[in-house]
Amino acid sequence: MKLKRFGTAAAVLAAGTLTLSACSGGDTGGDGEAVDSGSVSGTLIGGGASSQESAMTAWTQGVTEVSPDLTVNYDPVGSGAGREGFLAGQYSFAGSDAAMDEEEQEQAAAVCGPDGVFHVPSYISPVAVAFNLEGVDTVNMDAETIAKVFAGEITTWNDDAIAEQNEGTELPDTPITVVHRSDDSGTTENFTAYLAEAAADAWEFGEVETWPSEIAAESAQQTSGVVSLAGSTDGAITYADASQVGELGTVAVGVGDDYVEYSAEAASKAVNASEANEDGSVELDRATEEAGVYPIVLVSYHIFCQQYQDQETADLAKAFAEYVVSEEGQQAGADSAGSAPISDDTRESALERIGNITVQG
Amino acid sequence: MTEQVTDARDTTASPTTKPWGGRTSSGSASGDKVFAGLAYGAGGLILLVLAFVAVFLITESLPALAPTVFSQQDSIASADSFWVYVMPLIGGTLMASAIAIVLATPVAIGIALYISHYAPRRLATPVGYVIDLLAAIPSVVYGAWGMITLSTAMVPIYGWLHDHLGFLPFFAGDPSTTGRTLLTSGVVLAVMILPIITSLCREIFLQTPKLHEEAALALGATQWEMVKMTVFPFARAGIISSVMLGLGRALGETMAVTLVLSGGVFGLSLISSGNQTIPSEIALNFPEAFGMRQSELIAAGLMLFIITLVVNMIARWIVSRHKEFSGAN
Amino acid sequence: MSTALKKPDEGHTPSAPPSSKPNGRSTKPKNSLTAGQKPGWTWMVVAAASLAVGAGLIALIASEGFSFAGWLILSAIVYVIGMYVTTRVIENKRRATDGLWRNLVWAAFIVALIPLVSLLWTVFAQGLPTLLSNPGLLTEDMSTTNGATDAATQDEGAPLSGGFVHGLIGTLMITVVATVISVPIGLMASIYLVEYSRGGWFARTITFFVDVMTGIPSIVAGLFAFAAVQLFITTFLGESPVYLQMVKMGLSAAIALSVLMIPVVVRSTEEMLRVVPNELREASYALGVRKWKTIMKVVLPTSISGIASGVTLAIARVTGETAPILVTAGFLATTNWNPFSGWMTALPVYIYRQLVNPTAPAAPVPSEMRAWAAALVLIIIVMLLNLVARIVAQAFAPKKTGR
Repeated sequence: MKLKRFGTAAAVLAAGTLTLSACSGGDTGGDGEAVDSGSVSGTLIGGGASSQESAMTAWTQGVTEVSPDLTVNYDPVGSGAGREGFLAGQYSFAGSDAAMDEEEQEQAAAVCGPDGVFHVPSYISPVAVAFNLEGVDTVNMDAETIAKVFAGEITTWNDDAIAEQNEGTELPDTPITVVHRSDDSGTTENFTAYLAEAAADAWEFGEVETWPSEIAAESAQQTSGVVSLAGSTDGAITYADASQVGELGTVAVGVGDDYVEYSAEAASKAVNASEANEDGSVELDRATEEAGVYPIVLVSYHIFCQQYQDQETADLAKAFAEYVVSEEGQQAGADSAGSAPISDDTRESALERIGNITVQG
Repeated sequence: MTEQVTDARDTTASPTTKPWGGRTSSGSASGDKVFAGLAYGAGGLILLVLAFVAVFLITESLPALAPTVFSQQDSIASADSFWVYVMPLIGGTLMASAIAIVLATPVAIGIALYISHYAPRRLATPVGYVIDLLAAIPSVVYGAWGMITLSTAMVPIYGWLHDHLGFLPFFAGDPSTTGRTLLTSGVVLAVMILPIITSLCREIFLQTPKLHEEAALALGATQWEMVKMTVFPFARAGIISSVMLGLGRALGETMAVTLVLSGGVFGLSLISSGNQTIPSEIALNFPEAFGMRQSELIAAGLMLFIITLVVNMIARWIVSRHKEFSGAN
Repeated sequence: MSTALKKPDEGHTPSAPPSSKPNGRSTKPKNSLTAGQKPGWTWMVVAAASLAVGAGLIALIASEGFSFAGWLILSAIVYVIGMYVTTRVIENKRRATDGLWRNLVWAAFIVALIPLVSLLWTVFAQGLPTLLSNPGLLTEDMSTTNGATDAATQDEGAPLSGGFVHGLIGTLMITVVATVISVPIGLMASIYLVEYSRGGWFARTITFFVDVMTGIPSIVAGLFAFAAVQLFITTFLGESPVYLQMVKMGLSAAIALSVLMIPVVVRSTEEMLRVVPNELREASYALGVRKWKTIMKVVLPTSISGIASGVTLAIARVTGETAPILVTAGFLATTNWNPFSGWMTALPVYIYRQLVNPTAPAAPVPSEMRAWAAALVLIIIVMLLNLVARIVAQAFAPKKTGR
């Protein structure tokens, strides 16, 4: 009985596999040639960062406009779990707020062949420093001030350090309530990386995924949690994906001699101005003094294999990746998630890497 | 795992099949053997699954438990040693569950008694139904309710507690302005386990032999004396059992705490933000965890496992002392 | 319910004053049965006095303003004490204690109702209007809903798009499979524990480890189930990504949920079987009925209502689980009916993700509306399940007589 049951299940599974391979049978693209993305069909499975979930929803729906038979399933399990699942072969691509480190890239050879993986910076979103202060919409702060506020050294809004950067704005003596993410997150990592790089003297906790527990502060889960908590607490300040800050006021961040408000352009400029690694990941220069660059940026990657184990997956991955970095794809992401479309330079180098996806053996 | 499904089918099918050889309805000897075998097998299967879970937990957490041996690192990712990392979490978990149990147990027994012995019949059935229903509400919903409704309602109470009972370490410290504290989490947990304990206690109270109750009343006992003399002794083991079930749920509850608590470092104060529980720590950090951090979290899960084990051992020990009241003996 | 006792002296409950004629304290009792009893209107007097005293106390204690809730709580405490003292003075200590406990039981009931009613109210108030004005939520999935459509809903008043039929199907399929796996195992294991074992080491080990099982954090159960299914598939099918990607399916989630469900089923069923009086079993044996027949026809039917209650509890325990399902069954925007292949979305996962990670980050309101409507539907499903369990219990339960 046991065997019979199992046999049925196996037969169903096998039939499914056959159908899939039959579908892809007619398609012989690959080896660097462009695939006619309209002809691919099948299911591509990926998982990882939940930060790009909203954009991913738009992409998985949008991609069916160029390749109607391509189904993409994305599992928003988190960056770490996504990379791990990718390395174990459970996902054909991973979404991750952080690039793979060397150790992971070595492991990747097992599923992706000797050429390993490459990163596509598909999702760029400015991280806003947002606050809730009656009657104040924007406040200027340089990196050092932000670091001191979040470290709990500056405790009221009318502190001299804030006041002298905001002449003409009337700041109340409301105490500052720092609100941070209670879960480990790429947003926290990017934000603390900014503090550690741009204000190393005032921020002694380094670049961390978990908010340092030494700092006593309020916390909530996920971006929506911190935003709603900050929204209901007078004098609260937090950091969050810019697309979600809603009604909160935002801090114009000091870069060089200027103060820059967050914007999509200023954020993609930050990626553009950064150095790209060979594997496609970018080294953000957060301490930059270049004018018009908004330095607190969350870059979420899509990680693909350089070489897939079968032709079908390679074609699916190629078709999906090409759509995501295309102008329509980036626009769909921006419409849905409020992310910043990538610049043409970034797109070009990404397309070059995607074009080189091949099959092992 | 397919085997389990098969077993299940056999179990339900065998009693309805006609006894072999067309014997009388008293059943056949072989039926007895099959039935006993199935019961024995089900028990064995549970042990097997648990053994696998234990092996899984231990192998996954070894790198964090002994970093120098298994991962060639001097320390774990988020603290100097695993114990430094996990002790505050254990403290937070125990405190939250203790609050929940202390608040929920008396009330739950009260309601169970109310339904089984005190309420007018017209009221008892619907109330029992509502309680069952509440036991079935998903913890996400309890969490969302705690986040939206309860935490704001608790803020003035925290202010009052701080002003009047601030000399106690539990109510020292600045009262939270958002109400997202360990005490709020404890109350949400209490509300959540209340229906669970009530539902089981009620069933047990209803099973009290009616003859005992009537005998007590006939001897002139008041209703409370009857409850005290017949219902409680009969149900004591069951009450402890259901409280432990509630405690297990409180210890392991993830979402209700995750959504409500503003976590932080361990502290005795229940009314300022801080503290964290193990399940909430795991749920919050697991998605982004990798390598050593993941091992740490699973090792924290192992600690929770051991805590539950100890708590249950104590409960079993208490129950075994009262075995003579059980109807099956 | 049918065994609920007829109350011997219901008259003392605060809500049901006795029907017997109230006797003034000064008048001579007409009948020896009611001699020495406090008059029926006593509780009203005490209640009124308590409200007054409570008002005074709250004015003394509360530093800022008059708190309605505080007044009621204080008055209730005063009432309970007042009734005890009054009864003790007029009647005797035993009756006073009886009354005190009766009042405390009532108080427990009322105290518990407050948060529970508040909870239900929150869910209904948030979910019902959305559900009524958008019945499409029940028949659509999220395959065409994205941030842009949600933004249109919130900013331009477009109709709410999307729905959660995929979550509904997912939850039903996963829960059914989990129940089919765990209830028979749990039931048989508890039958073994109660009926067959004689306190041997095997039984003690099972009891002990079932207790341990209740302490498995839900996410660990999910990870374990995932690892187990993966091991099974890689061993029997192969290790290529095609097979590895099969691991995430409804069945894996059901196995994870079974790990959480079995201990609850065993614990509650065991308790229920133990309270079945031995006289019933002995009577059955005396009539020459075999043991397994006795269990099936006598023991199980006697305790079926409690077992059904326990199984419902177990199902309830798992219908709300989020983390293990996300790990084992993935997250999908379209409907999948097959629990043995492909990803599935469960309702709690849907609710959780819509609440914490809205479809449109800049326009979270439509996501919240869908989440609350889904929460309401989830509760209704559980309510229906409960109802079914009760009907089943009623159908199988023997006619109850005094025993």
